[in-house]
Amino acid sequence: MDGIVQLQRQLVDYNASLFHEGFLDDQFNQLQQLQDESNPDFVVEVVTLFFEDADRLLNELTKALGQPSIDFKRLDAHVHQLKGSSSSIGAQRVHRVCISFRNSCEEQNVEGCLKNLQQVKHEYSLVKSKLETLFRMEQQVLAAGGSVSR
Amino acid sequence: MGLSLKMQSHHPVALRLHDQMGSKRKYTFIQAHRAWLPKFLLLWILLMALIGWCIYSKMNDDTKVRRKEVLGSLCDQRARMLQDQFSVSVNHVHALAILVSTFHYYRYPSAIDQETFAEYTARTAFERPLLSGVAYAQRVVNSERERFEKQHGWVIKTMERESSLVRDEYAPVIFAQETLSYLESLDMMSGEEDRENILRARATGNAVLTSPFRLLGSHHLGVVLTFPVYKSKLPKEPTAEERIEATAGYVGGSFDVESLVENLLGQLAGNQAILVNVYDITNYTNPLIMYGSQYEEGGDMSLAHESKLDFGDPYRKHQMICRYHQKAPTNWIALTTAFLFFVILLLVGYILYGAGNHIVKVEDDFHEMQELKVRAEAADVAKSQFLATVSHEIRTPMNGILGMLALLLDTELSSTQRDYAQTAQACGKALITLINEVLDRAKIEAGKLELEAVPFDLRSILDDVLSLFSEKSRHKGLELAVFVSDKVPDIVMGDPGRFRQIITNLVGNSVKFTEQGHIFVKVHLAENRKSIMNGHESFLNGESDGVFHISGDYHFKTLSGCEAADERNCWDNFKHLIAVEEFCLDASRETAAGCELSGQVTLRVCVEDTGIGIPFSAQDRIFMPFVQADSSTSRNYGGTGIGLSISKCLVELMGGQINFISRPQVGSTFSFTAACGTFKKSSVGDTKKNLEDLPSTFRGLKAIVVDGKPVRAAVTRYHLKRLGMLVKVANSISKAVALCGKSGSLTSGMFQPDIIMVEKDTWISREDGVFNAWKPDRKENGHMFKMPTMILLATNISNTEFDKARATGFTDTVIMKPLRASMVAACLQQILGMGKKRQLGKEMPNDSAFLHSLLYGKKILVVDDNGVNRRVAAGALKKFGADVKCAESGKAALEMLQLPHKFDACFMDIQMPEMDGFEATSRIRMMESKANEEMNNGSEWHVPILAMTADVIHATYEKCLKCGMDGYVSKPFEEENLYQEVAKFFKSKSISDS
Repeated sequence: MDGIVQLQRQLVDYNASLFHEGFLDDQFNQLQQLQDESNPDFVVEVVTLFFEDADRLLNELTKALGQPSIDFKRLDAHVHQLKGSSSSIGAQRVHRVCISFRNSCEEQNVEGCLKNLQQVKHEYSLVKSKLETLFRMEQQVLAAGGSVSR
Repeated sequence: MGLSLKMQSHHPVALRLHDQMGSKRKYTFIQAHRAWLPKFLLLWILLMALIGWCIYSKMNDDTKVRRKEVLGSLCDQRARMLQDQFSVSVNHVHALAILVSTFHYYRYPSAIDQETFAEYTARTAFERPLLSGVAYAQRVVNSERERFEKQHGWVIKTMERESSLVRDEYAPVIFAQETLSYLESLDMMSGEEDRENILRARATGNAVLTSPFRLLGSHHLGVVLTFPVYKSKLPKEPTAEERIEATAGYVGGSFDVESLVENLLGQLAGNQAILVNVYDITNYTNPLIMYGSQYEEGGDMSLAHESKLDFGDPYRKHQMICRYHQKAPTNWIALTTAFLFFVILLLVGYILYGAGNHIVKVEDDFHEMQELKVRAEAADVAKSQFLATVSHEIRTPMNGILGMLALLLDTELSSTQRDYAQTAQACGKALITLINEVLDRAKIEAGKLELEAVPFDLRSILDDVLSLFSEKSRHKGLELAVFVSDKVPDIVMGDPGRFRQIITNLVGNSVKFTEQGHIFVKVHLAENRKSIMNGHESFLNGESDGVFHISGDYHFKTLSGCEAADERNCWDNFKHLIAVEEFCLDASRETAAGCELSGQVTLRVCVEDTGIGIPFSAQDRIFMPFVQADSSTSRNYGGTGIGLSISKCLVELMGGQINFISRPQVGSTFSFTAACGTFKKSSVGDTKKNLEDLPSTFRGLKAIVVDGKPVRAAVTRYHLKRLGMLVKVANSISKAVALCGKSGSLTSGMFQPDIIMVEKDTWISREDGVFNAWKPDRKENGHMFKMPTMILLATNISNTEFDKARATGFTDTVIMKPLRASMVAACLQQILGMGKKRQLGKEMPNDSAFLHSLLYGKKILVVDDNGVNRRVAAGALKKFGADVKCAESGKAALEMLQLPHKFDACFMDIQMPEMDGFEATSRIRMMESKANEEMNNGSEWHVPILAMTADVIHATYEKCLKCGMDGYVSKPFEEENLYQEVAKFFKSKSISDS
């Protein structure tokens, strides 16, 4: 039982640290609140959706920026998508980089775009690993028979 | 109107700044050629010097010409006179010659001897003033010499007075004027000059002159004139030989030219000025001087005039040369004129130069100033950016705080805790608003502030403001109250944020500067004001003046009983206002309806305090930014003095005016007007989030407010009425008892209160007896009806008082002032036991159960191209039992919404590829209207469409409405916002359905 409590505490701390460090914002909270008995895997489902979406978009972006003549309109549309998705799950650091990315697109600033792409990839991988860790911890708690407090 | 004017007057600084940057490079002509200025000046000076010199020389030349002319005329005049005089003398000598020939030769014996001649000539000498004397010499040929010598008794002598040598002929003087008597017997032909003269004279028959020489007697320069005398009459046109043959002798005279000229010049004016020389120029190369000094030592050598002289001897030529004695004097006039001209133009040039320099300097300064201005403005921009950054940094943690408070509110809390948490949340929100307001100031300055026009509930905004200051006012023991006239529409169009900002500022000031008494916010329609203008008033009074209270005789019938600056705000007036409203309740509804028609109401808001007031000296500048009444104010009370200036700007933007009445040590009353639009329910289908939903649980409850102060009672009643309660006011407990009726309480006409609210002041002032007396009375009829709940109202309450109150029969909960409708509702819920979860929840707008009931089973379409967003939106809606379907593009949505369909609502993303939300909506609406026309059976297709958008700006909202959407929610979903939108929509729909 103590182990479960320990795990639960760790989970809560970790969760809080994610907010504290600015990886996530209130929107993620909202997502967690949407999860209930009728929809037990809601957060994981949405976040996985986000991962898929983001992976695809990042690929597209990398490809688009590798082209000799860059279609900024398309680029912008992709970034917009990514921005929307990240905002929806509350990945606010990704969201912020997307905003600056879009500015670069608007200015047609190739260098800025490349820089922002690097950054967005970086932030994305960070938040991805964090979220995966979070889910793993939740699994552990659940497996240990505890409940994940929302 | 006022709003747009204002906007223009503050025209964007940045734009002007840009213009200046552009015009900075523009130099004027002078500025561009500044290096030329000294050169121009030099050129000018040179030019002017040249002109001056020209003028001088011209004038000088004129003078010289005139001088020359004068000299010429003088000289000619002298020459003419000399000539005239000379010829007169010559004529006389001629006459003498004829005399001699007549009387000496034609007569025999001769009528003339030496004596006669001498006498005649002496007596006629006045005729010949120029001749020193005349003499007659006889021609004697050598053969006759002896006879001649014998006849006269002397020998012919030469000029050297020696006996003459033998010559061909002789010309001894036989007659001589006395002055020349020394010449007698001298042979004139022995002198070279005379001989030549004689020969020439007898050959020509004319007078001849010698060249000038020193005369024997006077040593003056002179000439000798010789005339021939013929012994017989000459034939006409005689030849030279005939003349010589006929010659008998010669008359001669010596001219003393020197004295002649001197004499002559002495008679003429201006002889001092000029120098005269007379020359014999027979031998042109060697002119012989006749008069004047040989060597011209003085005189003006540069100017001379020559005049020809004709002395009647064609062989001899003479001329007169005149000079000025002195050199030409310096021409002062010309010099002065030229100099003055030069100086004047020099000055003119210098003035122009100075002006040019000045212009250059001024323009330099101007450019410098412009640059400084640009820099200052840049600094201002930097300041604004700094403010923006800082406030952003503050907002981030504040969002955290607010989020946590929101989470806290979702947990189970007691009503008090809930109130605290809500207050904390409200304050946090207000703080964020304030931070934004700091930014607003910059916006106002730049004229970039735009007022919103959204519907809002004025009353709830006032409650919010009050809650901001409730803690502070409680702490200070101030009465803080708000009253809104019934005539003011529930919902008005305007800018709630700005409205709140103004009121917050005014109330904040009041709280800051008031130590005791009250702060009273009052809102009514400006039209009402007129009807009560003449009213006279005061308010009722409280804690401090119990005596007055009991006797019912109040000096100041204000909220707290303290004197207020603006007497018009007092009770008499207020009473009048309320009375009018009550009396013409229907009329006022009509007025409100009228207002709705006209679309405009003018609100008048008064904030009255009993603080330290504003010194008269400072009242003029109180609305100037950063000005406070006096510098000690900021020391004692803090603050920046920025608030009132912002408020003033805002009020003006709202098309109103702000002014105040203040009396030092008495208080201040600030009042402002604002034009608000009335809310047309038809225009927007749902109410906005600014509207506060008050619980309707208390509708129909009856309450009696017991308060000695009518104004305060009116305020309490106002809040209770907002909860839908029926309220009566009694100014003492006994009156309240009377109101309830005693034994006749069952009578239908009687007022049976469910609640009695007693103001603490009124209760404390020893009404216990009456109160207790009333209790048994109640008991008597106890079974017949419910005992009314007794609630105490207080600004602050001590523990002992509280205990006493409980003992007296009051409920445990004391409603703390300042009153707010929502707070009162919360307390009542708790007191009346209606605070049970469900009931409470049902009335609270944020409660999920309420929404659940609304959304349950509703079929909703979510359209978004972004999978994640779609999933989240769907999840959020599903949580409340909605049946959610998804579409990932506008086209897909269009297909799914092909009529007939079962959807109750649609959430539409705006920015989508191919077909965006606006277009999709327009098509759906087109489709629907087509179907409606075809059906034409009353039932209309209109699926509510709500836009989902990340940028919640005004323009987007309008665009949403324009293309047929019913509203919008921000993305990502803020739960609260989403539910509000949905709930209001379905709520209104259900109402319209029913």
